[in-house]
Amino acid sequence: MKLLKLVPDNTNIGFVKLRHWAFALTALLTVLAVGATLYKGLNLGVDFVGGLMIEAKFQEPVQTDKVRTVIDRLGVGDGSLQQFGDPKTVQIRLPLPEQGGAGASNAVVEKARKALAAEFPGVTFSRYDTVSGKVSGELIQNGVLAVMLAVIGIAIFSWFRYEWQFGISTFVAIMHDVLMTLGFFAITQLEFDLNIVAAVLTIVGYSINDKMVIDDRIRENMRKYRKMDMKALIDLSVNETLPRTVMTSVTVLLALGALLLLGGHVLRGFTAAMMLGIIVGTYSSVYVSSSLLITLGLSPAAAEKKASKVNIAAQAERMGPRDDGARP
Amino acid sequence: MLNFSRWTVAAILLPLLIGILCSVPSFLPDSTVERLPAFMRTRVNLGLDLSGGSHLLLEASTQDVAKQRLANMEEQVRTELRRGDPRIAIGDISSRDGRLSFMVRDPSQVDAAVERIRPLTQGAGLTGQRDFNVEVVNSTTITITPTQAGIDNAVKSAMEVATEVIRKRIDEMGTREPTIQQQGGNRIVVQVPGLQDPRALKALLGQTAKLEFKLVDTTANPAEVAQGRAPVGSEVLPYPANPSGSPVIAVQRQVMVSGEDLTDAQQGFSEQGNEPIVNIRFNGAGGRKFGQVTSQNVNKPFAIILDGKVLSAPNINEPILGGSAQISGSFTVESANQLAIALRSGKLPVALTVVEERTVGPQLGADSIKAGLLASIIAVAAVAAFMFVSYGRFGIYANLAVAINVLVILGVMGMLNATLTLPGIAGFVLTIGTAVDANVLIYERIREERRRGRNVVQSIEHGYKEASRTIFEANVTHAIAGGIMLALGSGPVKGFAIVLLIGIATSVFTAVTFTRLLVSRWVRTHRPTEIHI
Repeated sequence: MKLLKLVPDNTNIGFVKLRHWAFALTALLTVLAVGATLYKGLNLGVDFVGGLMIEAKFQEPVQTDKVRTVIDRLGVGDGSLQQFGDPKTVQIRLPLPEQGGAGASNAVVEKARKALAAEFPGVTFSRYDTVSGKVSGELIQNGVLAVMLAVIGIAIFSWFRYEWQFGISTFVAIMHDVLMTLGFFAITQLEFDLNIVAAVLTIVGYSINDKMVIDDRIRENMRKYRKMDMKALIDLSVNETLPRTVMTSVTVLLALGALLLLGGHVLRGFTAAMMLGIIVGTYSSVYVSSSLLITLGLSPAAAEKKASKVNIAAQAERMGPRDDGARP
Repeated sequence: MLNFSRWTVAAILLPLLIGILCSVPSFLPDSTVERLPAFMRTRVNLGLDLSGGSHLLLEASTQDVAKQRLANMEEQVRTELRRGDPRIAIGDISSRDGRLSFMVRDPSQVDAAVERIRPLTQGAGLTGQRDFNVEVVNSTTITITPTQAGIDNAVKSAMEVATEVIRKRIDEMGTREPTIQQQGGNRIVVQVPGLQDPRALKALLGQTAKLEFKLVDTTANPAEVAQGRAPVGSEVLPYPANPSGSPVIAVQRQVMVSGEDLTDAQQGFSEQGNEPIVNIRFNGAGGRKFGQVTSQNVNKPFAIILDGKVLSAPNINEPILGGSAQISGSFTVESANQLAIALRSGKLPVALTVVEERTVGPQLGADSIKAGLLASIIAVAAVAAFMFVSYGRFGIYANLAVAINVLVILGVMGMLNATLTLPGIAGFVLTIGTAVDANVLIYERIREERRRGRNVVQSIEHGYKEASRTIFEANVTHAIAGGIMLALGSGPVKGFAIVLLIGIATSVFTAVTFTRLLVSRWVRTHRPTEIHI
């Protein structure tokens, strides 16, 4: 049986040569993403801005404009409506009533239910959330904190485990991934809620996974070919790991693709974020973080110095018996 | 590397077998699982987004607790100094800026007053820390300031009691398997699966249910009461259902009987008609007090006060000696029933407000499960097919490992009684994707080693060895991200992180160790000179 190989044997792409172009493109895209986030803003869900979210399911496909008229007539504040999932489902977002606490938000839900039922018989509320401003503030804070801690924690890990250049290049590449994801949400105006924070954290985790594999190979090759030029060495390492990088990205995208198409509308934004993140993360592993090591001045000498510092057990494991004569 | 002793094989297979067995109850119907012994009920709970139900986050106002403590302190100080012996006259009592201050009329008694107050301010804790600081300012004014430790203690115990009271109330509602947990310093999470309409629940948890009986001050001038002024020793309270039309009423400050003396409360109907009421029964002491008060005040109105509002103020027609009474007050059957439940479970030591509420309908939950299940099956099938066309026999090994991994994750979640949420399903699907990453790393490495000219056995050994290190490091970093999610995340983030972390741990085991076992078996029995990978 002929086995599938997405990347042919002995592929040798000059990634390092392309790095200035790649940096320029990356910088441009990142600026665009940040610009879009600042200019258009994120479509923050009730998790983060507080308010009332009602998911109404109608018997038949409805026009959001008609639903909007009904909601506007209630006089419960500025609502925002969105078709969600299928044409029969509409998501209605309303500000929280200013006073009255739980009772008041109940009253708003009740009012909306009655008004909609009068206009569209058989409507049901399949989901509703109310989040107070205080809680939503904390959720934002925790979300941002979680992402920042994860990025910093991982950068520190790879700094201790390898050289500082690896820490910085990983940090830059991951920040790039996070910013691109934010930009994606700003441009598409998909709702940004707590689930998306989980997606961003997963992207961070996946992306770091990817970079670790390449970084690990670079380290290995640095010990193996001490005299090799750094550029050639990084190209070699990225090319050697390329089949794995592509294979894994494709498998994960396959799994996520199934979730995007069949996983139901609640998870759609989440899955879209993740798929984008996988693509962006793979790109940044190949083009950004490894090439950045050269710009940061990584040299085999630096690796030697650090290697003498790490504990003996780790060295023994890394420097274990090796027979490299086999390579032509 | 490829040789496994009998014991190692057992050590690899046994945990996998246990994991798989623990996943079985999750697939069985409810009725079958209930018949299993407790240790075998290793079942994954479904989150509210999958089962449908209500999630409420309640918050207690810490200021309320502090205020209430100060009011209690004021009461205690009054009692101690005015009623004690020798009587110490005080005036200008005020509680402003979170502290209580008053003036001792006779300057020579200031020291004696401080002595008498001190015991009241001692903390109950073992640390010997004071709950209040007592100071003398301007030689005649005494201030009592609560300490932070005192407030914290009070909030803590108030929250413990509140959690207990909420549990009782929800149990009384007869809902199944509610989750009630304290969160942070002053919050309580309530999750009730299957509850579709949380209005009743919110109404129930929203009332403090502080019940008091006080005598109506009939001497008060109605005009003054309307303006909010009451004679000394009385206070003006709202009375929404006052038959006389005035929204307020003056009652004496002294609490004659309180809800703490209740033993039972039931919804019922009044004798005259079918007006819903609440029948209450007092304990011995409460019954005696109630009998005494009603005997001494026949033909006077008696105010029934709930959470600071007068429900009704019926006339005492005759002494009520049996230890039971009725509460009337324009109830509906539902609201009377709720009040009965609230009174039975005791009063909340602090008022709670709903700061977050999420309700998912059962249909959406069922749809989500269906969609998630379908997506998972398709994802597994797609990944399996892809692995097979890429790595042949080795792909099958990896697929076997993934299949076992899925079951083991479910098993571990079952053992921990973890909750599977919708983002958790996404975590599952992602885990499937990344679990094969370990195998991809190993197989690509084997391919590389083959290209370098090593023989089959050497290539496999090297492939596993070199890749294991990479896999380990990659997974450690992945786990860092997962751990942070678990620690900081709330709700969906947490549900996702649990699956992710369990998946990381089990996938390393199945993808590396388990496939190595399979590969080594095959190599040893077939002794291949060439492999298709």
